Amino acid sequence: MNSITNFLSHFFVTGDPMIYGADVSIVLVTLAIFFVLTYFKKWKWLWQEWLTTTDHKKIGIMYIIAALLMFFRGGVDALMMRTQLALPGMTFLNSDHYNQVFTTHGTIMIIFAAMPFIFGLMNIAVPLQIGARDVAFPFLNAVSFWLFFAGAMLFNLSFVIGGSPDAGWSAYAPYAGTELNPGVGENYYLLAVQISGIGSLATGINFLVTILKMRAPGMTLFKMPMFSWSILITSVIMIFAFPAFTVALALMTVDRIFGGHFFTIASGGSPMLWANLFWFWGHPEVYIVLLPVFGIFSEVIATFAHKTLFGYAIMVWSMVAISLLSFITWLHHFFTMGNTAPVNAFFSISTMLIAIPTGVKIFNWLFTLNKGRIHFTTPMLWALAFIPNFTIGGVTGVMLAMAPADYQYHNSAFLVAHFHSTLIAGTVFGIFCGLHYWWPKMFGYLLDEKRGKWAFWVFMISFNICFMPMYFLGLMGQTRRMYTYPAGLGWGPVNFVITIGAFGMGVGFVIMAYNIIWSALHGKRDTTGDPWDGRTLEWSIPSPAAEYNFATIPTVSTRDAFEAMKEDKRAGKEKAPAAYKPIHMPNNSAIPVVMSAFMFIAGFGFVFWWFWMAIPGVIGVIGCMIARSFVYNDAHLIPVEEIERTERAAGRLS
Amino acid sequence: MAESLLSLNPKKRKDLPLEYSTEEGDLKIVGFWVFLAAELVLFGTLFGSYLVLQSHTAGGPSAHELFKIGPVMIETVVLLVSSFTCGLSTLELRRHNVKGLIGWLVVTVLLGLVFIGFEGNEFFTYAAHEGATLQTSAFLSGFFILLGTHGAHVSLGIVWIAGILIQLARRGITPVTARKAFIVGLYWHFLDVVWIFIFTAVYLTGWVM
Repeated sequence: MNSITNFLSHFFVTGDPMIYGADVSIVLVTLAIFFVLTYFKKWKWLWQEWLTTTDHKKIGIMYIIAALLMFFRGGVDALMMRTQLALPGMTFLNSDHYNQVFTTHGTIMIIFAAMPFIFGLMNIAVPLQIGARDVAFPFLNAVSFWLFFAGAMLFNLSFVIGGSPDAGWSAYAPYAGTELNPGVGENYYLLAVQISGIGSLATGINFLVTILKMRAPGMTLFKMPMFSWSILITSVIMIFAFPAFTVALALMTVDRIFGGHFFTIASGGSPMLWANLFWFWGHPEVYIVLLPVFGIFSEVIATFAHKTLFGYAIMVWSMVAISLLSFITWLHHFFTMGNTAPVNAFFSISTMLIAIPTGVKIFNWLFTLNKGRIHFTTPMLWALAFIPNFTIGGVTGVMLAMAPADYQYHNSAFLVAHFHSTLIAGTVFGIFCGLHYWWPKMFGYLLDEKRGKWAFWVFMISFNICFMPMYFLGLMGQTRRMYTYPAGLGWGPVNFVITIGAFGMGVGFVIMAYNIIWSALHGKRDTTGDPWDGRTLEWSIPSPAAEYNFATIPTVSTRDAFEAMKEDKRAGKEKAPAAYKPIHMPNNSAIPVVMSAFMFIAGFGFVFWWFWMAIPGVIGVIGCMIARSFVYNDAHLIPVEEIERTERAAGRLS
Repeated sequence: MAESLLSLNPKKRKDLPLEYSTEEGDLKIVGFWVFLAAELVLFGTLFGSYLVLQSHTAGGPSAHELFKIGPVMIETVVLLVSSFTCGLSTLELRRHNVKGLIGWLVVTVLLGLVFIGFEGNEFFTYAAHEGATLQTSAFLSGFFILLGTHGAHVSLGIVWIAGILIQLARRGITPVTARKAFIVGLYWHFLDVVWIFIFTAVYLTGWVM
């Protein structure tokens, strides 16, 4: 009996009222979901329409829902940290708890919120933009989503079962090793991030092949919409960066679970090797979450300036340059860890070079706006706010890139302000921009403009209240990841202002969530499929798009293909639509969701060193792969009558 | 004729080999090449880590003391020959000869099993007789994980080919089974290339240094 009590008190995280609150809310939410689905008899619907789907649009929506939830979790972490730092000598969190909270905040925001949000938007928009009926590997696409989901759930479980990781999102060795960090927290980090990372690699392969091989006839690479270009380049970065991370995580897992010596201090391990491997992925990762939003801003700015994008080819080549440079800058994350001067000089210069193509892109967006008929919609506001706010983050990045100066800024709040300026003003503004822009294409109604603009202004102003003072706080000497500070240092007032800004951003997020619910009930329907006077092919089909996307595949002859079609129509040169033919589409499959359930079981087993649980999980994963290999009946035909019926219902066929 | 999910011109496909004759086959083969590019980075990272840690023996056995030439040479020859027989199976695939295809794939699998047997024996010898395990030193962690990752890939390849053999026996050579047999061949040759690098970077440098 004693041993059971002892086990349970370690298994469940105890002793903190916030944890008990989380326990209660998890149980209540689970029960509520269970009750609602049963009461409305929606289990079958959920399984058939969503959990087993291979439709890229539905997978995209699931990514976005999950990412929004993760944003909420990561945001709550941020507010907890800011509450602790609001005044000198606060006791809201202790040091251990604070370490866990900044670790989960970073990991969740990058890996379980920003990336899946981008994956969601690209799932929705890329096939529609290039005139395809699905991605190249729809089954693999579902596997990617469910692996991400399994990883995200595993990571969040650490909050209530076993304890959270506390070595920062970069999990530096040797602190993240078993000697200094016993317990299961870091295991959760390694396994959860690994599982979702495999899914990310598969997404990269999937979208690279989709974009290279499945574009509509006539759409050469240099006639593609800029968002699709950004995803093409991002996919290449993912394919070459993620395997290095897979290996790094696997090696540290071997260290922690099987007693290896890759990154330990004893027995010849090399903690610096971890820093190198981690950032060899970690720096390209920055561009994995940035280039796609560059693509989104390019689409949105061109659409709402009602002009074609300025300097299209230069925009593409600057993204290519950024993607190449992103692989040779990783060392700037540890200038101060005892490298020789020539090494620091090389990485200092390569880092500063990235400012050139990025600056070129900024000017191209400005020139696109020049003499445009600018239409200040909510997505456009996010895009316009991005330009100055992100530039501040870019310029402070160049300051940090100077190795001698970096000795002053390194690991200070200045650095924290810098990367939040790029990741919030870049990535977060970008995904909110894309969310508002493509929302009608996903659901068939628009998000409300008035409430959307309120959310924008509150969030954007609060962002500046939060992070502008933080630059100065860094220069005043406050380092990152410190859980408290004495009053005498004079940091109190600045920290208090920062905390006000952080809560303001929370309010902005809540207004946006409210807007989503309000608009679902009262939002303006999108009956035309083209609510923004768009320029690219996704706006040429009804909202929401039919299962097969395009009843007939369009033929493309220019950039801004849909804009050209509309001009042809105005000039009376509209082509007669081709006759419908039956459409070949992939079947649903239960294997992805089952496989990732096994992956979750295996991951959970490894976290607790429970091989009796991990090994059956691994066998289950392999079994799913074998089962899939024997499935031959994996596609169906949509007959012409059904296409006619669908198109008629959408008003596209009289 | 159904309009495909893909937008490629079907007329151009008639002259292509069977595995490329459908758009789906074409996509999956391209996708697999891209996957192999990712695998290249994966093994490249493992090689890099191994080379960094190679001299970190921490008082345990060094590469020079540990590696035996004989079994490693046999392993190497067996794996290289299996790559050759795998190539022969692809030639039989091109001739639409299902028996030849199955025959050479079976030979490939058997050689793969021999390779795994030798490698397992090598690992066991090191661990049981020399006291050299993954926990001994950074060098040995790097060694076991680099070779273990390769060996795990070969083992997965054996299971994979076995599955395809069943499908070939049941269905004969169709565009789908042809694509599967072709892709597993790419995978097998890739592992052979990785082994050549292992032989050079691990064993040769180990013997010399």
